[in-house]
Amino acid sequence: MFYEKYIKVLYVDLNNEKIEISHRHDLYEYLGGVGVASKLLEENIKPDLDPLDPAQPIVFAIGGATSVFPVITKTVAMFISPLTGELGESYAGGRLALTLMMAGYDAVVITGKSKRPSYLSISRNNIEIKDARAFWGINSDEVGGLIREREGGSGKRSIIRIGQAGENLVSYASVCVDTYRHFGRLGLGAVMGSKYLKAISVIGDRDMPVENFKEYFKVYQDINKKVTATEIMAKYHDAGTPINVEPLNAAGGLPTLNLKQNSFEHASDISGEAFAKNNLVRKMACTGCPVGCIHIGQFRREFDKGHEYEAISVGYDYELIFSLGTFLGIKTSDEILEIIDVVEQYGLDAMSVGVVLGWATEALEKGLVSLEDTLVPLAFGNAQGYMDAIKNIAWRKNEFYILLGQGADKASDIYGGKDFAMTFAKNEMSGYHTGYGIILGSVVGARHSHLCNGGYSLDQSMKEFDKEKLVEDIFAEEKERCMLNSLVICLFARKVYDRETILAALNSIGREITNEELTELGEKIYATKLRIKKMLGFDQSAVKLPKRLFETPSLYGELDEDTAYELIDMYVERTKSLA
Amino acid sequence: MPKVLKADGMNKCIGCFTCMLACAGVNHQNHSIAKSAIKVKTKGGLQSKFKAIVCLACDGDPACYQSCPTGALEKRKGGGVLLKKDKCIGCKKCVSSCIVGAVNFDEDKKLPIICKHCGVCTRFCPHDCLRMEEKENVL
Repeated sequence: MFYEKYIKVLYVDLNNEKIEISHRHDLYEYLGGVGVASKLLEENIKPDLDPLDPAQPIVFAIGGATSVFPVITKTVAMFISPLTGELGESYAGGRLALTLMMAGYDAVVITGKSKRPSYLSISRNNIEIKDARAFWGINSDEVGGLIREREGGSGKRSIIRIGQAGENLVSYASVCVDTYRHFGRLGLGAVMGSKYLKAISVIGDRDMPVENFKEYFKVYQDINKKVTATEIMAKYHDAGTPINVEPLNAAGGLPTLNLKQNSFEHASDISGEAFAKNNLVRKMACTGCPVGCIHIGQFRREFDKGHEYEAISVGYDYELIFSLGTFLGIKTSDEILEIIDVVEQYGLDAMSVGVVLGWATEALEKGLVSLEDTLVPLAFGNAQGYMDAIKNIAWRKNEFYILLGQGADKASDIYGGKDFAMTFAKNEMSGYHTGYGIILGSVVGARHSHLCNGGYSLDQSMKEFDKEKLVEDIFAEEKERCMLNSLVICLFARKVYDRETILAALNSIGREITNEELTELGEKIYATKLRIKKMLGFDQSAVKLPKRLFETPSLYGELDEDTAYELIDMYVERTKSLA
Repeated sequence: MPKVLKADGMNKCIGCFTCMLACAGVNHQNHSIAKSAIKVKTKGGLQSKFKAIVCLACDGDPACYQSCPTGALEKRKGGGVLLKKDKCIGCKKCVSSCIVGAVNFDEDKKLPIICKHCGVCTRFCPHDCLRMEEKENVL
């Protein structure tokens, strides 16, 4: 809690149904967010045990300036990823950060396994582990409604929950946060499932007086103006992230048909403009963000003969249009929304599941697997086949789908086809085939996500390819984002929160900190994450890249495999300065 | 002419809660949305639309005004009431008397949270959901 000058940690031991609250003055220097979470993870992980062993921790943490300034809206989750076997880190918006702050906790550490399916209820006066046996097997949307009915606190509440994929320990199962946001990547849903933890409900309504109102409100208004009255955030509200579909397609950086292609002939039918024109019915925001980037699209489903229709609304974003659209050859916005809906209900990472299905489709084409394995005819463009396959993954239908549920890397270990299993260090690729930046950034990024260091963005802004500069820029950005994620700002607002703004914001809420200290903090957090990765046996130099990356030209042009490996080696050398 | 708050653009609401953060901050110098006089909620789950529960600035003798046993609520020009804190005994009669549920209670301070129609929330709404309307002085 920033005014109290300590980090208040709630420890929940599901084995013994014991709660402990600790005021950690020693963690205060880490600000919050990923700074605090990575320390708590380091303290609690059991490197010798399986990622899904009940003893492993889940850590949630809110940031050092959570919710009291615009667009500082996220919560970080850290865990051991069942997908990669190493550092798991994922971010979600919604209402979780505000409610945790208003319930009075900076961080929550959950260990152990319940004796029966349960959910955790957190409020300012009570913490309870409640019976969820009847919720087990129920999809993510429905269970949200059931807990909403039981918990009260409307408007000041957040509910996070898993679907059947999480229950069934699919390695990239997601956690849904307040219907439209997610801890999407790296399998937090499976970790919750392994603890018999179906959901967490948080109600926050405590008293929290502003300490220095004049100074605080001045800074608040300045930031609010930057967010709402300048162009910095406009694109996120307007057509939203899907606005990237057309430029990436035109430039040849849009992964299509399991990256056999770098552009999609139907891109204009599934562009940001097309979704806005045909499907967009609403925009929403995370609590404390006046931007409202959440785009809700609607499609109509005929559920019976005789003109029986229902209207279904789901959130969409660029990454989903890539993974469940272009990557699988899906040509219409309606079909993409329909696939997203299935992914939502069962609770999977939309990016990983799309990329896994891309591999499976090609594996079937090439005869590495047969229809006996896939049960449904997986073919690019066949939306129904993919929807059936997603259910089969969530339900672990047969040996093939159990392996698919462990990721493209694992499946290709068994069936072959490693050259077109589009993963970086076992995490499925993101929607950018932009050049060396995204490859290097994804391999060396602490959680192998495009958001660790924004390599795709460097690819697009770099005037001339320069190996040293790329390594240096990715290293610098990774550290900077460690600092930003200790606040935890939404990275869409990274241009709003320059150093000067961050210092003004923190100082106005009583946090004296210097620019140099922010830099040091970023380095310290990154060093902690690298220590954890080492503890878990990760070796950057041992990562093998799928050949397909070098067969299909990128936005930058054709890429050379040796250069990519050389860049990784250079980066590994560069990080040695941190240790 | 006095002004009153109108929340008649809630069809445009994105659910950012900035109005509540601003009201709680400016009027109660508190970070908690529980202190806000305007309450934004969903009509039932996030897939439903947002609604704002606000003081409707009743004319004449508002129910809250009538219910107050100590005269802590005074009629306001343009409608609604103003709270005189020193006269309030925290009995919550005003809370139960308001049939639209617009009076909240601050359990920490033991005082009702009364909208004074200051318009701070309208200034911070990014999507034109809230506005101030001039109203005849009907006191």
